[in-house]
Amino acid sequence: MAEKPPAPGFETLAIHAGAAPDPVTGARSTPIYQTTAYVFDDVDHAASLFNLQTYGYIYSRLTNPTVSVLEERVATLEGGRGAIAVASGHAAQLLAFFSFMEPGDQFIASNKLYGGSITQFGRSFKKFGWDCVFVDADDPENFRRAITPRCKAIFVESLSNPTGVIVDLERIAEIAHEAGLLFIVDNTMASPFICRPMRWGADLVVHSTTKFLSGHGNAMGGVVVDSGRFDWAQNDKFKSLTEPEPAYHDLRFYETFGDLALTVHGHAVGLRDLGATMAPLNAFLTITGIETLPLRMERHVANAQAVAEHLERHPAVSWVAYAGLPASKYHALARKYLPKGAGSVFTFGVKGGYEAGVALVEAVELFSHLANVGDTRSLIIHPASTTHRQLTTEQQIAAGAGPDVVRLSIGLESIADIIGDLDQGLAKAMRG
Amino acid sequence: MVGASEHWNRPSFFAMKYLQDKGYRVIPVNPQAKGEAILGEKVYADLAEIPDRIDMVDIFRRAEAVPAIVDQAIKQGAKVVWMQLGVRHDAAAAKAEAAGLKVVMNRCPKIEYSRLNGELAWSGVNTGIISSKRRKL
Repeated sequence: MAEKPPAPGFETLAIHAGAAPDPVTGARSTPIYQTTAYVFDDVDHAASLFNLQTYGYIYSRLTNPTVSVLEERVATLEGGRGAIAVASGHAAQLLAFFSFMEPGDQFIASNKLYGGSITQFGRSFKKFGWDCVFVDADDPENFRRAITPRCKAIFVESLSNPTGVIVDLERIAEIAHEAGLLFIVDNTMASPFICRPMRWGADLVVHSTTKFLSGHGNAMGGVVVDSGRFDWAQNDKFKSLTEPEPAYHDLRFYETFGDLALTVHGHAVGLRDLGATMAPLNAFLTITGIETLPLRMERHVANAQAVAEHLERHPAVSWVAYAGLPASKYHALARKYLPKGAGSVFTFGVKGGYEAGVALVEAVELFSHLANVGDTRSLIIHPASTTHRQLTTEQQIAAGAGPDVVRLSIGLESIADIIGDLDQGLAKAMRG
Repeated sequence: MVGASEHWNRPSFFAMKYLQDKGYRVIPVNPQAKGEAILGEKVYADLAEIPDRIDMVDIFRRAEAVPAIVDQAIKQGAKVVWMQLGVRHDAAAAKAEAAGLKVVMNRCPKIEYSRLNGELAWSGVNTGIISSKRRKL
């Protein structure tokens, strides 16, 4: 037997996975299929498509050729079986839970998540009857202690926004799987170049592709990636995938599609009924962004490490929470799970508290004061006065977004200019 | 196709219809539907009753039913035994391979055909295909 060729490297996959020259024109870049619908060959073809008996496009709320390229690319980079692209990272979380949660069900999440996720899980999900229990993820046993018979999943971020907390993915995966629960990891802050959660047991990975994957601060998007390894029939918790689906003539997704069950369900039921579709133009921009993900992440991480080391020595700074620093309590976990670097988003404490934080974000000239991360540009925000202001002070502190906290997303500018701008901003903030 | 269903919402019906659309002839085997027709093809009760030459036997049955079907497949001169998603029988597979047949287990020919010909990518699936060549229409 001929020897199998080695699997392509990450850089090769980032450029080629999912994309081939257009079969009609030979166009090498992925075309933007700016269309809402697709003609049927005849009535029988239409019936086969609506019955999910053949592959093809019906309507761009469900699938679109440009979006499909992005889905396959992210699925490949994460080592997953398939993916569903959606309109935003929040839509990805909604669709992921919608695929298996019922009213009265429960899941457990780390209490150090992006503030917007805490609000979505803790407040808006309640309207669906979904109950989220938040625990301190520093001790993985806290997840085990919170499991009840109604619990279906555990959710964490591989690298927390904005606290730089890193969780023990492998141990939490074991706890989830011992109880027959799905393990979901938000890998937005790390990107698959830095962290591959499915290697450590994640069943689903979600992303806000708005961040490092698209990378240029110009395209909203999210994605749910399924590992294809979870046995949906191991218990009676995942009936939407194992039991007959009335809206598809009693088809059973797991029986019919095997390890593609969640990917097919996410399009055929999730996008059909939630409607949070990604626009083809955003998919194109994200596909293009991913082609340079490895190069960008290497520089993002190198710049972030230099800035963190500089701030650690700065007299106006009381603390720096970056897992790339040996002083960080998460340094050992970072070396295991994020060996290429601890990302480029982190927080630090400015001496002088809330007022100094506000003064700093207003004094910087190169850093952009805005509510996003993972841009080519360096970004700054004072969470207590912006992204986390909906939370109570106790929740802010629990989420690592107390009054003195400033969040940076280090971009790709010249490192001397990034550090120079922070120095002049901190000097102004200290003068008051 | 052993275990082909006459019910249009069963997985075997999906696979049979898809493979027919791609130009394959699929002969259904199902004792309950003997003498009837599925998708225009006469249903046989048993593999042994099929007068035509068989290239591949696709098994839509539980694993316990596999050894007897494999014995018939060998007798019928089939070149390939294919067990569907969730169906696996290592001993029967070894016997088929020893008789010179190729064996696939726990896979679906509909999904594999579409994976290798670009259609599965339309559903956002990781096909594992990397190529700079224009795909055939």
